[in-house]
Amino acid sequence: MAIIERPVDTPALAPEGGPSVVATPSTSFGYFRRPVETTGWRAWAFTVDHKKIGIMYGVVAMAFFVVGGLEAGLIRAQLAQADGTILSADKYNQMFTMHATTMVFLFVMPMAAAFANYMIPLQIGARDVAFPRLNALSLWTFVCGGIFINTSWFLGGGADGGWFMYAPNSDTPFSPSDGVNFWTLGLLITGVASLVGAVNLIVTVINMRAPGMSLMRMPIFTWMALVTQFLLLFAMPVITVALFLLLFQRNYGATFFSVADGADPLLWQHLFWIFGHPEVYIIVLPAFGIVSEVLPVFSRKPLFGYPFVVFSGAAIGFVGWGVWAHHMFASGLGPISVSVFAVATMAIAIPTGVKIVNWTLTMWGGKLKFTTAMLFAIGLIIEFTIGGLSGVTHSVAPSDTQQTDTYYIVAHFHYVIFGGGVLGLFAGLYYWWPKVFGKMLSEKIGKANFWFMIIGMNMTFGPMHILGLQGQPRRMYRWTDARAGEGFFNLGFWNLVSSIGTLVLMFGVLLFFVNVWVTRKAPPAPVDPWDARSLEWITTSPPKAHNFDRTPTVHALDEFFHRKYEDVGTGDHHEYKQVMTGEEVVNEEIAHADAHIHLPSPSYWPLILALSMPIMAYGVIYHTLLIVVGGAMAVGSMFGWALEPSTAPDSDFDPPADGTPSKEVALHV
Amino acid sequence: MSEATATSESHAVAGQPVDPHRATDGHDQVHDVPDSTYIKIAIALMILTAAEVAVSYMDIGAFMVPSLLIMMAIKFMTVILYFMHLKYDNPLFRRLFYTGVLLALFVYVVALLTFHYFE
Amino acid sequence: MSDATLTEPGTDPEFIDETAIVESTVGTAYDGTDEEVVDHLGHAHHTSTGLSNTKLAMWLFLGSECLLFGGLIATYMLYRNRQGDAIGPDQLWDIPFTSASSFCLLMSSLTMVLAVSAAKRNDERNTRLWLIATASLGGLFVAGQVYEFTTFYREGLGYTTSLFSSSFYTLTGFHGVHVSVGIVMLMALMFMLLRRRVTGDKAETVEMIGLYWHFVDIVWIIIFTLVYLIPA
Repeated sequence: MAIIERPVDTPALAPEGGPSVVATPSTSFGYFRRPVETTGWRAWAFTVDHKKIGIMYGVVAMAFFVVGGLEAGLIRAQLAQADGTILSADKYNQMFTMHATTMVFLFVMPMAAAFANYMIPLQIGARDVAFPRLNALSLWTFVCGGIFINTSWFLGGGADGGWFMYAPNSDTPFSPSDGVNFWTLGLLITGVASLVGAVNLIVTVINMRAPGMSLMRMPIFTWMALVTQFLLLFAMPVITVALFLLLFQRNYGATFFSVADGADPLLWQHLFWIFGHPEVYIIVLPAFGIVSEVLPVFSRKPLFGYPFVVFSGAAIGFVGWGVWAHHMFASGLGPISVSVFAVATMAIAIPTGVKIVNWTLTMWGGKLKFTTAMLFAIGLIIEFTIGGLSGVTHSVAPSDTQQTDTYYIVAHFHYVIFGGGVLGLFAGLYYWWPKVFGKMLSEKIGKANFWFMIIGMNMTFGPMHILGLQGQPRRMYRWTDARAGEGFFNLGFWNLVSSIGTLVLMFGVLLFFVNVWVTRKAPPAPVDPWDARSLEWITTSPPKAHNFDRTPTVHALDEFFHRKYEDVGTGDHHEYKQVMTGEEVVNEEIAHADAHIHLPSPSYWPLILALSMPIMAYGVIYHTLLIVVGGAMAVGSMFGWALEPSTAPDSDFDPPADGTPSKEVALHV
Repeated sequence: MSEATATSESHAVAGQPVDPHRATDGHDQVHDVPDSTYIKIAIALMILTAAEVAVSYMDIGAFMVPSLLIMMAIKFMTVILYFMHLKYDNPLFRRLFYTGVLLALFVYVVALLTFHYFE
Repeated sequence: MSDATLTEPGTDPEFIDETAIVESTVGTAYDGTDEEVVDHLGHAHHTSTGLSNTKLAMWLFLGSECLLFGGLIATYMLYRNRQGDAIGPDQLWDIPFTSASSFCLLMSSLTMVLAVSAAKRNDERNTRLWLIATASLGGLFVAGQVYEFTTFYREGLGYTTSLFSSSFYTLTGFHGVHVSVGIVMLMALMFMLLRRRVTGDKAETVEMIGLYWHFVDIVWIIIFTLVYLIPA
């Protein structure tokens, strides 16, 4: 790859005393000026900065968290009493389908992407990801896809076939509204976002590490996110096939799932779950990574068994490809298939157990500090283990035959997804908030946030174990007193408890938003509020646009920790004495700032290309002409993108008339 | 057009010796494949394809499918290793691609097995 | 690291495309884990492995495409015998014709490799020549597919006729779309080279598109054997 250009120093543009500003001499091939603003909405809409993109991923994901939560609230309101009348059967089907789709695809995955986008370059000492414009494309594609799916509510109703959308139930005769089409097309769109993001982040981690940052010196979050990206890379195409087959079935008369023509419904199930099982690891591994960062910091101890944590993460990613049919135990696979998958499913509990052991031993003997982030991390260990235990009972195929399609399964996956994924994400929010936004969240409100969420989740999902084993099926829009049973196992009682728990949980989530609001004008946070260990903390809070004034050279795992603390022990005995504060480490880097720093320039094309996709999707549902229009937009934007150099030419930057340094040129600093 | 040619000629480095310790886009330029080899490989692929078609017309019973699959695999690997240069490139590329191929083979064969496809 | 090649105003500057996070490394100490990636024109930038970002990205993408085509092939394999009373593969295939179009695609891989080779030697004229040849052979292949499909359609194999037909058209259709996208990319690349609009290392760009093209070819190698040659 060619170097762009030799920077020409232009002292006239340099701010007083600051590093010299570089203008890049080159000609523009495009016809339009590049967007170059650094403030205002344009600075966000056209940005290619991974940090801004990460923040936008997070904000949009949280918005969808609220949407999915409201959908859950309606479900629980319907089930709080016998013969519920809040939702009709049809609306109920839409509600649980959209709740799950929103939570999995539009909240948890993008929230993990938010952390991955923001933190990976910082954790490996890079200034951005490998393909900044592709990064922007991922973000806007996700936003477009998420909004597109949700427009179904206003255009005939949401998808109603369950988030796993089993065919032929999801075919037109049984799901006549456009809801399933919105779902299929929307997930195809968000799938592009995930796949592109996966390629981007894998190349970033493999190729853009700071000097000295070998793979086994990378922070665990980066490792887990890397495994997650590989899972996305290989799993997304499989659901893509399934989605296209369903799309063609519903819209163009294909017969893939027409049983009368000889189709086998299990085809859908295989394709979906070959994606679907790696998907659950895609959900939980980033949370595991976050917890592996938080626990050492607040135990004042390094992560126990770093190589084991790395390899068990890779093992989970690997073995996770061999267990998908445990979602199909009751579908008539036959005893041999079922046995093979049952054994594989039992095996995958092992690497997860390794992690739990390592986390526990990290805390053992440490000087524990129970900050909110730490509470969420410990909460994950406990709640995820509970979910894992019910998971192990599912792996025993005969008992799963009783459990399947009951609330026992609902209990399991909410404990692992919420207790695992969501708690981990909240730990990350509290842990990294000062770095990202430059202010501390309130610990007091944070602890209330935590306790209401924990109590709420256990009240909501705990009783579901009982409900399930007592026979309450999934996806039933109401229950009756006649079938509710008596005594301790009265389904009515536990349904009510679960619904009240939902309110407690929602209040807990509300407290998080209260926390954000109340601290929005808080004083600036210190550079290193937690006395942390990894590279992303060797930056200002928030980091500058170019992340590091000087690319750090890495000498050890937990580089930041080792710069602050020197080992003054002898032999095997380690004793750490503080030799520098976090601020001093950062200031030293600033003092040795690089003279020339290039950043890629913002661009219109990712946003335009992203917008073309829902247009094409509406075309499939409503009018073929829209497909042509969207297609032209897509092709045009791809050409525009290809013709555009990644750094805008000098001529796109206007020096301000009053002679002050241009805020636009500041991008070059 | 002529300006373009002039510029490229001023940058041409054909024939310049390359320091073998410098990674060159993952290529091992010292052992680069000459055009004539590519043509020979293409001819071999043609012959193999013709052989495949011929076999498909013959009646060799249970040997037909395995021999077709073997010839298919040889063509597949030949294009990957030589035309896509995977044999000479950094092993990382090989590992990444083979992971995709083997994973695809594994999951889809297992799925077909549950359909009793191979019976 | 030192880059001796200066771009002078007025000459054709070469830009990095996406991987433009370049830091001047004055003052940064390296401990040897970084490798220099040197393109055929002597320009260099650092990546941790010495490998080009774009090449790595393309291989990752091709790895994921294996899962895509694998799914479509598996669906076809499952449904290949399920044509009911409608027309089936034995009555439809014209093996000599399909062999001819397969031959075209195979030869297009050769011309593609020759294009890459010419690009590495900075032989612009032959690069464009071989790119046109590749696109033309690819176009011949697509034309052959179109002819084949219209013939099948006339003989009673519609998209919705049977499971066999839906799976067949979907699999070969996806492949055909990939070939067509490849042809568009080849033509675009050719024009961009002509107009000096390719930013970055030209030979590498040609190589990237070559990798995509070869992949499309090897998918056809599999389809040709599994769909056409192996009896149902």
